[in-house]
Amino acid sequence: MANLSSNLLFAAFILYLVAIPFFGGAIKQKNGSKEQKSPNKWANIAIFLTIIGFIAQLGYFITRWMAAGHAPLSNLFEYTTFFGMCLVAAFILIYFLYKTPILGLFVLPVALLIIAYASMFPRELSPLIPALQSYWLQIHVSTVALGEAILAVSFGAALIYLVKSVDQSKRSKKTVWLEVVMFSIVSVIGFIVVTTTFSLMDYKATYNWIDKNQIESTLEYNMPALVGPHQGELVETGKFEPIIEVPAIVNAKKLNTVIWSLLAGVLLYLLIRLILRKRIGAALQPLTKNIKLDLVDEISYRSVLIGFPVFTLGGLVFAMIWAQIAWTRFWGWDPKEVWALITWLFYAAFLHLRLSKGWHGEKSAWLAVIGFAIIMFNLIAVNLVIAGLHSYAGS
Amino acid sequence: MKEVKCECGHVNPHGTVLCESCGIPLIEEKTREKLLDMRYEGSARRSQTYNKTIIDKIWNFFSSVKVGVWLIVITLIASALGTIFPQEMYIPPVMPAVEYYEDQYGWLGKMYYELGFHNLYSSWWYLVLIASIGISLVICSLDRVVPLYRALKKQRVTRHESFLKRQRLFGITQVENKDIPFDGVIENLKKKRYSIREENGNILAEKGRFSRWGPYVNHVGLIIFLIGGMLRFVPGMYIDDVLWIREGETKVIPETNGQYYLENKEFTLEVYDKDHEVFDEALSNSGMVAKNYQSDVVLYKRADNSVAGEEAKLDQVKEFSIRVNEPLKFEGYALYQVEYKLDELSTMSFHLTNKETNEQFGKISVDLNEPETKYDLGNGYSVEVMSYFPDFEFNSEGQPATKSRIPNNPAFVFNMITPDKPDGEISFVAIQQTIEPFEDNEYKMAFAGIETKDVSGLTVRKDLTLWIFAVGGFLFMVGVAQGAYWNHRRIWIQRRDQEIWIAGHTNKNWHGIKREIKEILEGSGINEPDDLIKETEDK
Ligand code: HEM
Repeated sequence: MANLSSNLLFAAFILYLVAIPFFGGAIKQKNGSKEQKSPNKWANIAIFLTIIGFIAQLGYFITRWMAAGHAPLSNLFEYTTFFGMCLVAAFILIYFLYKTPILGLFVLPVALLIIAYASMFPRELSPLIPALQSYWLQIHVSTVALGEAILAVSFGAALIYLVKSVDQSKRSKKTVWLEVVMFSIVSVIGFIVVTTTFSLMDYKATYNWIDKNQIESTLEYNMPALVGPHQGELVETGKFEPIIEVPAIVNAKKLNTVIWSLLAGVLLYLLIRLILRKRIGAALQPLTKNIKLDLVDEISYRSVLIGFPVFTLGGLVFAMIWAQIAWTRFWGWDPKEVWALITWLFYAAFLHLRLSKGWHGEKSAWLAVIGFAIIMFNLIAVNLVIAGLHSYAGS
Repeated sequence: MKEVKCECGHVNPHGTVLCESCGIPLIEEKTREKLLDMRYEGSARRSQTYNKTIIDKIWNFFSSVKVGVWLIVITLIASALGTIFPQEMYIPPVMPAVEYYEDQYGWLGKMYYELGFHNLYSSWWYLVLIASIGISLVICSLDRVVPLYRALKKQRVTRHESFLKRQRLFGITQVENKDIPFDGVIENLKKKRYSIREENGNILAEKGRFSRWGPYVNHVGLIIFLIGGMLRFVPGMYIDDVLWIREGETKVIPETNGQYYLENKEFTLEVYDKDHEVFDEALSNSGMVAKNYQSDVVLYKRADNSVAGEEAKLDQVKEFSIRVNEPLKFEGYALYQVEYKLDELSTMSFHLTNKETNEQFGKISVDLNEPETKYDLGNGYSVEVMSYFPDFEFNSEGQPATKSRIPNNPAFVFNMITPDKPDGEISFVAIQQTIEPFEDNEYKMAFAGIETKDVSGLTVRKDLTLWIFAVGGFLFMVGVAQGAYWNHRRIWIQRRDQEIWIAGHTNKNWHGIKREIKEILEGSGINEPDDLIKETEDK
């Protein structure tokens, strides 16, 4: 069962991957006739593939659930994969509301990256610790993922808006920021490439080091250590010696991974720039030729409108119900909770700026980008960096 | 204050920008603007009308959305600062917080502590921020909701031409006969669930007006939520206490006025079996994983006829297994499984033994939590407990002392009374050591075994404010859904001479209303209205 489950996930991944060029074809097709009523054949194939992929992923989810005996939402791999699945679901929903193939061209790659990123984490089925044995937890987590995914669609639409509207003829603050967004996406690819490469090489290097409580421990690296742990000593011979050493309070291993990913990201980014001979934003701009700005603006806003209540329900209401039952209080200022609150406050600000201050179009698009950055921060940094300090967040 | 009478005859409150009834701009400058600001229907909001007294100024400050957004953004940034290092409540109690932050995080940690960020969420300025958001919510909602309600209620079907012309969606169609019937259009409107009002052949189609109240409903929900938070500070509304209870022990539950007692029958810690078929890989990577923490308890209520001072008579209420995620609930209280301590020493036994012959004269078992003062072994043999140190250490003066009342390292001073030593012999007995202050005793207390018990750490919780939070949260959800999933749309169609005028307004999602109008007008001969904003943008 567990095997079948992984195969279904892989199938879903491939299907999404194949769907992307079809979405590309769908917008190319539109060139001739300007206002097309219904989506063309390419678009139909693309969305069909996406839906089949989604069904396959749903199959992954259900079979994994059956294998483990609990909903697969209990560790970083499972949660992130589910988030990717929700993103596809949200995209399908929005697609049928607005019939815009170009959205697939921007959202599906993001979903793909998220799923690939997820599978860099330990994937084995793991048992539930007592605190997680609650239906409320599963309801909470799945609703949050769905809400965040709908909010992420607004990021996709905002990206289209910015690619189209930012003037690429000269370098400006906007082109730079847009490239920063592109670079962030590329460095996720960097992370995936680096992690996969070293895990295929089965790289392992063990260090004895002194932790912040002055206790000797060992640490196993799966990537060559550019950054070594505090007073680290390599146990095996013939492995890479660290270039620098960091103080004990810094998690050297994670920092090392981040540095590798960024290096790979820079390299990839430069390579792409070299091939394209222009900014990534500029290279993508022609794809957005036929889409109307006010339409993507509205898709972006609409996604926030649909996603915000879902996120509130999952990330705050259900979260509080579960916390009350499991942790004796519905709110405890734990970093994860605080970041859910921050996300919520941010989108509340977004809605107010839009409704009352008239922040439409470009301003609103930048806000959607920031909102997505906050969601990703909560998913990645809070889990891996901040929450590492806290007692239960590891699970 | 002066009221404003419009040329249509309607009397508007002072400060009205657009006549509530016909929509004509009542303020000079507005007549020159290309598009009307429709956000609150041009109704008379206090904040836009008065700005003289200090109260006006405060009102206007808090009713401004700009201020509201700033408050939200500042709160957001402040909240983020609190997650850089763990809050004080989450740091291990190994040393004072001042030292801890510096020790763990260097000078940054020290600064963090000194700026008070280690307790950020209960700092006065954070509370002031939250309170300001609350005030802002109340004032901004009051400032808008009544005038908006009036304006939407008083609106007339036939609007003034300067109102229609300045709508974002507006169009004119030339027709031969201005009396052509609108039947098809009306039918289409009805299909789209518009409610339709007609007056002199003019039409006002409207739907989803209730979504305009969404923000106010959600703000009321938030306010109720914040009130719930304030009520926590009222004594008795919120109880947070801890009950450590050993296996076999019956204890009064704190904060229940001595009305409830709990007996801990057994504490169980279960871990996942290493050879688990499905999870074996994960288990071999992460080591032991807990499966269950459980305290099997019996809840008792003090009997009504118990006399104060005497030992309470208890009536059993129920048996229950408290587990994580499954608290025991009764009368507004809840007991949660939060901590435990395995294998705490509970009894220690000794044989009174003759050192030379090794003959034994009876065994005593000392309950380490409630030792007796004297154990009679019969035949003239007995043992007195002269001192007891549950958590023994030599203090700074070299005297025996106890660190705590928990029997982590018990030690005793026994007086062994025997027929041949009727005054007794003194012996100091601790784990792994015996000291005889007067040397060469004839008897000794020979160690004969220990028993241990587990201890459950339970949280005692009573929270009378929960339902207020629930109501607030529920209202908030209703309000956001109302505001987010429905739109308030209006379409005006009017006949003027040889022309049909059409105008449309929505509070959001203009693309949607344009698409809808297009479908409604299909085959009617009326042209779609233009989007005046879009046109200016395209240029
Ligand atoms: C954390 C706090 C807050 C939350 C979660 C919140 C939530 C919302 C939501 C969801 C909407 C509807 C927006 C839309 O449909 O696009 C809204 C509207 C609004 N909010 Fe808030 N709000 C908050 C605080 C405030 C504050 C402090 C103010 C004070 C100035 C305020 C003033 C308004 C106004 C004026 C509207 C628009 C009403 C309308 O145009 O009909 N809100 N709020």
